[in-house]
Amino acid sequence: MTIDWQHFTWFHALLGGVLIGSAVAAFMLLSGRVAGISGILGGLLRWQAHDRAWRLAFLAGLVFAPLLYAAIWQLPEIVIDASYPLLLIAGVLVGFGTRLGSGCTSGHGICGVSRGALRSWVATGVFIAVGIVTVYLLRHVLGGVV
Amino acid sequence: MNNLIALACGLLFGLGLLVSGMTEPQKVLGFLDLGGLWNPSLAFVMAGAVGVVAVAYGIARQRLPALTHTKIDKNLLLGAVVFGIGWGLAGICPGPAVVLLGTGSAKGAVFFLGLLGGMALFEQWVTYRNR
Repeated sequence: MTIDWQHFTWFHALLGGVLIGSAVAAFMLLSGRVAGISGILGGLLRWQAHDRAWRLAFLAGLVFAPLLYAAIWQLPEIVIDASYPLLLIAGVLVGFGTRLGSGCTSGHGICGVSRGALRSWVATGVFIAVGIVTVYLLRHVLGGVV
Repeated sequence: MNNLIALACGLLFGLGLLVSGMTEPQKVLGFLDLGGLWNPSLAFVMAGAVGVVAVAYGIARQRLPALTHTKIDKNLLLGAVVFGIGWGLAGICPGPAVVLLGTGSAKGAVFFLGLLGGMALFEQWVTYRNR
């Protein structure tokens, strides 16, 4: 294993993590809700959703974040190598998978893991491991052809 | 008031994702690429976030309802596997997908459309299953 020192931005990673954690903690303490993004977004699509307002408000905050960020600093350049069809397929898998598994990187990876929920520790271990295998197959077996 | 809290928390969450670099799929894929040039950044994001939230849970323990679901079932495992495949293909998870909408990235928007489609598909499947 070789560490990519050039792109390993540990300070920003830790600082960003603390900001994300503060948002999750504040939301829990002030609203009593779990800030899991897949749950917040997916809950909008339920037929009898009667709690759309706060969900939309939270998502609006996420969408506005780059605008606020760009007003102070320069936005990082977003480089997405995956092709359009692959991105669409990946999106469907992430959408279906996170709803079926009741959480994503935020709901399981941050909220559940912090609370010591065994379900979330297991889910987080599984999606990271499967992600590693997927990237390995894509980059080192198929050679990144898709 | 509740909506204002949600908006502010969403904004802070999004700023955290941008600062951490997790809205850049290359960094996320770098974390998952153990066989190539490995970028440990995501582990530091998780550590920072989990550290803060664990303290908050410690403070609020008495006020929180007990965990409702504790069983490790087929849906949890299968869902995590399907999510892991999609995450490994694109390097984008739901939070960054929403933030990317605000950057005007066309590729990010296509991923988001797929994300909504997958979630809608899940709701259809739940309705079908419960019939």
